[in-house]
Amino acid sequence: MLSLESITKTTQDWLFAKFSPEIALTIECVIVILLCITLFAVLGLVLVLLERKVAARIQIRLGPNRVGPGGIFQTAADTLKLIMKEGLTPDSADKFLFNLAPFIVMMVAMLLLAPIAFAKNFQIWDINIGVLYISAVSSLSVIGILMAGWASNNKYSLLGAMRSGAQIVSYELSAGFAVLTIVVLTGSLRISDIVASQENGWWLFKGHIPVIIAFVLYIIAVTAETNRAPFDLAEAESELTAGFHTEYSGMKFALFFLAEYINIFIVCAIGATLFLGGWMPLHIGHWDGFNHIMDYIPSSVWFMGKTFFLIFVIMWFRWTFPRLRVDQLLNLEWKYLLPISLFNLLLVTVIAIMGWHF
Amino acid sequence: MGAISLIALLIAAIAFSAGGILVGKIFVKGSKNPQKGQAYECGIPTNTSPWHQFNVGYYLFALIFLIFDVELVFMYPWAVVVKKVGMVALIEIIVFIFILFMGFLYAHKKGALKWS
Repeated sequence: MLSLESITKTTQDWLFAKFSPEIALTIECVIVILLCITLFAVLGLVLVLLERKVAARIQIRLGPNRVGPGGIFQTAADTLKLIMKEGLTPDSADKFLFNLAPFIVMMVAMLLLAPIAFAKNFQIWDINIGVLYISAVSSLSVIGILMAGWASNNKYSLLGAMRSGAQIVSYELSAGFAVLTIVVLTGSLRISDIVASQENGWWLFKGHIPVIIAFVLYIIAVTAETNRAPFDLAEAESELTAGFHTEYSGMKFALFFLAEYINIFIVCAIGATLFLGGWMPLHIGHWDGFNHIMDYIPSSVWFMGKTFFLIFVIMWFRWTFPRLRVDQLLNLEWKYLLPISLFNLLLVTVIAIMGWHF
Repeated sequence: MGAISLIALLIAAIAFSAGGILVGKIFVKGSKNPQKGQAYECGIPTNTSPWHQFNVGYYLFALIFLIFDVELVFMYPWAVVVKKVGMVALIEIIVFIFILFMGFLYAHKKGALKWS
């Protein structure tokens, strides 16, 4: 059967048979670079269109439908427009930091792809501290945002960046505790081990109440971490123009915009991996017949399906909840989510030690 | 792949961003105008620099975050072994979280978590 797993395996075997190890590794690196760039471009195009279509569907209108059949080339046309735009730098800006910021944001988004398992045995680097790596690298994105806001020398940008910094930094804690619950249950930080531990059922079902609480906390926290509505204070259009990227235009703006969508994809992919089994098909305990039928659906389809479902949920939030004020936002995290996640972690520990999960 | 993949990904990110910006530069014929160089401010001429004092609340939250973030890092190795070690690890972490939570309550009492 033709699958991503067999393709990568054949390619690797062929490369290492044909060339010396160093050259084979270099060729692999080039392939990874090209694949990641393609993934970025395709994801950017798909997610922006999806966002607009979902928004249109929720507001009972058509959404983009002029460019191409059903408007599928709308974002490609928008990208062309953005390429034609002049990238302005304000005279009073800190030019070096101003130009560096989009690079930092993109680097963080790209580095986060490394430990994600897109399909069975289809992973760039199965690092043994995968979960820790993810939380370490994802917390770097705040540097890019603060840098952009500070260097712009614009009041809206600075205010947006400050809010964004406070928000990302606060909600990182809840997201971290939610991730830790799964680490407690599996006893491993490696992504492939976490996926393998869900072979007889996803953690969301196996871990019952505490894991469901952790899942809800995770979704709330990552919605805030990616600056999505209802936590989009950092770029609240009606108050702050565009927040930290007010002064950016042309391709630099496009990079920020793209990184934002890639980050949504990545946090949803991680959520799908930890709580919904990643590429693991829906397995139920010892129902071998059922499990076998589910195995016929390719693992990449499972992974993408779960990820895009979570992305859809986050897009759904945007049109359901009104935006919070900054004090409400910080109250929610520090007075509710953080104590809840601390006690939830203890609850999970008790359940893991006593073996009260499936 | 090993750690070299991170270098590959960094190169990919830089190539992607730099490529995009350079392609933009090729197509754009910019014109220079003193108005264009000003920071955006509702269309009126820019007034004073934004680089001055900002709300101290952000700083307080950053400090509390720092404590909890370090705590989170301490808990990663604990989370990996807790199932093997068993009850002892649970009691230890309850003591750890209790002390931390007392500090959190103190910060709350002092009004550090109140946005003003």
